[in-house]
Amino acid sequence: MTDAVIKCESVYKIFGANAKKMLEEANGNVDAKTFQENGCIVGVNNASFEVLKGEMLVVMGLSGSGKSTLLRCISRLTDATGGKIFIEGQDLLSLKDKELIELRRNKMGMVFQSFALLPHKTVLENIAFPLQIKGIETEKSINKAMDMVKLVGLDGRENYFPRELSGGQQQRVGIARSLAVEPDIWFLDEPFSALDPLIRKEMQDEFLRLQEKLKKTIMFITHDFDEALKLADRIAIMKDGIIEQLDTPAKIVLSPATEYVKKFTEEVPREKVLIIEDVMDAPKSDNLSDLKVSKDEIIENVAEKILSQEKSVGVIDSNNKIVGTVHPSKIIHTVFGGRKENS
Amino acid sequence: MELLKKYPKLFQWLFLLIVFFGLCFAIDVPETYKFIRGQAEFIKDPNQSTYILFGKEVRYYAFDNFWRLPPLLGWLPIWINDGLFFLLNEWMPMEFWDSATQEYKTRPLVLQISRNVTAFMTFLIELIREILLGGVETIVAFTSWNFVSAYPWAKLPGLPWTIVAAGAAILAYKLSGKGLAIFAGLVMIYISVFGQWKPSMQTLSFILVAAPLSFIFGLSLGVMAYKSKRVEKALYPILLVMQTMPQYAVLVPAMVLFGIGDHAAVIITMVVAIPPMILLTLLGLRGVSPEVIEAGKMSGCSNWQLLTEVLIPTARRDILIGVNQVIMVCFSMAVISAFIGAKGLGWNLLLALNQLNIGLALEAGLCISLIAILLDKMSLAWANKQTDYFGNLTFFQRYKNTIFFGGAVVIGAILALAGSFFFKEGFNYLYEVPHNKGISTADFWNKGVDWIFDTFFVYIKAFNTWLITEVLQPMRALYLRMPAVATLVLVVGAGYIIGGIRSAFTVGGLTLFIALSPWWDRALVTTYMATFGVIISCTIGFTVGTLCQQNKYTTNFMLGVCDIFQTFPSFVYLIPVMMLFGVTDTSVLIAVIVYATIPATRYTIEGLKSVPAALHDAATMSGVTKLQRLFKIEFPLAFPHMMLGLNQTIVFALFMVIIGAFIGTEDLGQYILKALSDKAGGGKGLVLGICVAFIGLIFDNLIRTWVEKRKKHLGID
Repeated sequence: MTDAVIKCESVYKIFGANAKKMLEEANGNVDAKTFQENGCIVGVNNASFEVLKGEMLVVMGLSGSGKSTLLRCISRLTDATGGKIFIEGQDLLSLKDKELIELRRNKMGMVFQSFALLPHKTVLENIAFPLQIKGIETEKSINKAMDMVKLVGLDGRENYFPRELSGGQQQRVGIARSLAVEPDIWFLDEPFSALDPLIRKEMQDEFLRLQEKLKKTIMFITHDFDEALKLADRIAIMKDGIIEQLDTPAKIVLSPATEYVKKFTEEVPREKVLIIEDVMDAPKSDNLSDLKVSKDEIIENVAEKILSQEKSVGVIDSNNKIVGTVHPSKIIHTVFGGRKENS
Repeated sequence: MELLKKYPKLFQWLFLLIVFFGLCFAIDVPETYKFIRGQAEFIKDPNQSTYILFGKEVRYYAFDNFWRLPPLLGWLPIWINDGLFFLLNEWMPMEFWDSATQEYKTRPLVLQISRNVTAFMTFLIELIREILLGGVETIVAFTSWNFVSAYPWAKLPGLPWTIVAAGAAILAYKLSGKGLAIFAGLVMIYISVFGQWKPSMQTLSFILVAAPLSFIFGLSLGVMAYKSKRVEKALYPILLVMQTMPQYAVLVPAMVLFGIGDHAAVIITMVVAIPPMILLTLLGLRGVSPEVIEAGKMSGCSNWQLLTEVLIPTARRDILIGVNQVIMVCFSMAVISAFIGAKGLGWNLLLALNQLNIGLALEAGLCISLIAILLDKMSLAWANKQTDYFGNLTFFQRYKNTIFFGGAVVIGAILALAGSFFFKEGFNYLYEVPHNKGISTADFWNKGVDWIFDTFFVYIKAFNTWLITEVLQPMRALYLRMPAVATLVLVVGAGYIIGGIRSAFTVGGLTLFIALSPWWDRALVTTYMATFGVIISCTIGFTVGTLCQQNKYTTNFMLGVCDIFQTFPSFVYLIPVMMLFGVTDTSVLIAVIVYATIPATRYTIEGLKSVPAALHDAATMSGVTKLQRLFKIEFPLAFPHMMLGLNQTIVFALFMVIIGAFIGTEDLGQYILKALSDKAGGGKGLVLGICVAFIGLIFDNLIRTWVEKRKKHLGID
């Protein structure tokens, strides 16, 4: 595919003294246990995937699963031990320091879990920081930063210091800073994990609103499966450095690839994740009720309407063409059946 | 048996003590032994044995080796001395261009380097001095402008004191605000009115060179150590020793290398001030969270930008403490380096103390302390300053400080000029109040001292006698009664119980070094004085700290008091105690106690403060009384931090004991002081200093190891 912005080909990250040598000897067959016995820790194990332009890939995994390490390989905050990484077709690992700095200054933005704001700079200075590093003159960069302050809704607090802000506000600053250079690629490393549940939800909504507007290519790291479902175009689930499954939220919920993934999906309220298209049957022309629903509707939103019908309901696409049908019993089965007892 | 299993450490300690005392009683005091006073080792005594090592004759008293180890390291100072001499005068002769004689001249490399460094320092100091006090020597020296030397009237006038005072106030205002400005103005006026202007400016010029240089070197070395493990490993042992080395001891070798005068003082100050700066820089940089560094990298920082824009500013807190330390050390050294001929307030202070003119000493000491506090506050304010981007300032607002300063220069100059007409005869008070022509309260203080002596002489004398005969002498005798081998066993045993085999080896090695040096007895005396001081300091510090911590206001008040006291140069503490107790051991000990109580108090308060509030509440809810809470919850948890305070207390006490040599003690410090006037004293001073540093390091190692274990045990970090 030509418009893959990020492309990884069997990326490995192994920590330890002679990691490189051991990786070569393993011949593509990396086993965490044998490595550990030899004093090496496997961070990322054979990760291959692509992120398309304007797509949001959420990498989900529990702590120690290697998700942050993977992100750091792709932003080259650490060097991958093996494999290839391409950013817009450029081989990341072959870049010289200067080229890497250029790439970061113009194409990449990153948000951190602990916000990572510079404590000695005000909100405004923090946001203007990447611009000033680039060598943009003070007045211009401050004006640009002021725009970003407005974008994340912090106007009036631009002269505060990070320590004077709440967690949510600090992360807004972090987001504004990462967006100040107008990067194409946006890395977010558990950006909302350190926030209270209510603030987290508010920030997620805000984040979706921003992405609607900005259409960045995003890699988003989280340990919260619900957050992944809510935000992602596609989700990669990682365990022990291995990507267990990489697919759209619906497919992961409907057909988890491994036992491990299943553990996450069991508790998920499907009506909130799945859309009609995911559960519809093949179109049939006869015996349909008068109601029609769009294939992109989330089940939860239309369930009541469908359940009030007795016959199958027609499913239409954006051109009002019938592409499938849904019987009310199918909705009941999706919502209440096929959970634990069926697994 | 149950008991043994329950408290294994306790029994280990008991066993160790039994062995120690057993050894103490088993090893007889040799009949020939008497406490060697004064200059015993310079006198040829037929009882002395000699041996030849590295071509040098080393003499010692052949005692029983269990009682005192033979001074096998006696050759070390001589060897260091010869090494220094060789390096300076013979090693690597090279051709250098001499601009004075216009020809090449052969000179040893080190000598040439040392002369160049010296010249550079002298230039810097003189330059600042001439701006503040007037003169043209630097211009003459560096432009060979014969015109100036030909005409004696062509002399650059110094800044009138009014301008410097106004400048200081305006700078303080710009940095911080009204409060500091008023303080700065008052300090300057005080200095001038009391006739301390010239020495103060001399001291200031010395500090304005030494402090920034120490800061720059310390910061860069700290950054280098942060970047490279190898540099850190190489620096670490030196830093450790320098931290506990008395400042006196550095004077001597530096004097050999760089001669005497202000420039040597600057270099010594740097040697002393750089280590804490390095350590604090390193600590600060280590503390920067990795995510902040990553954020910097992702913002596209080059290595240099990452360092200057992210790492150093983020580590600012610790680096600032480093700056603070540098300034403190500078002032402290400003006094001590008077011993090697640095001019300024320190010189006056030393002179006054020598003449027992307490009043004059008090005034000079107060001046130093005031300038120290002022500079300290200004440097803090400078680091905390922030810019306002949206201030829509008019031209006047933007440049008002510059304009005011310009105004002050003009007015000051006019005043000084007017003064020259007004005070036709004698001195122009509006230009510079000459030394000893200002107001002086010295007489008042001296009379006060006399009055105290007249009135309370009996009591002071009685207290003094009681203390010396009933407490100090027995304690000292007890310490001197410790046989070297028994002491070694005690220290190694303590090291083993606290930190295992590694610790045992370290402290054992340090003790062995002292035991094998010719000054074991002196080291014991130093230890006894320090121990006495530390015990009292800790008792006072822990009590005062605990009491103050009960209330928020007293806490802040006490911390403020500690801050101010810490800014005083260590030498200043000798003044009031000499006022009260004259030239006795009691004076030294009281100075030690006052000085060392500061860290004890501070760390107690900080330790108690760091006990988590949740635990506090939990304890209160389970219904403990205030006293129970203090003893069951707060003390156990705060104890590790308080022990670090003890560590600092020991270092402070050792420093003061050594400085106390100036009053006249009979310990290592006295020998260091003697080495100062000894032509071949360089090596001796250094080895003596190392001995003192090692005493500190033994305690440091034991306490630190214990604290780390304890912290791990309690789960605090």
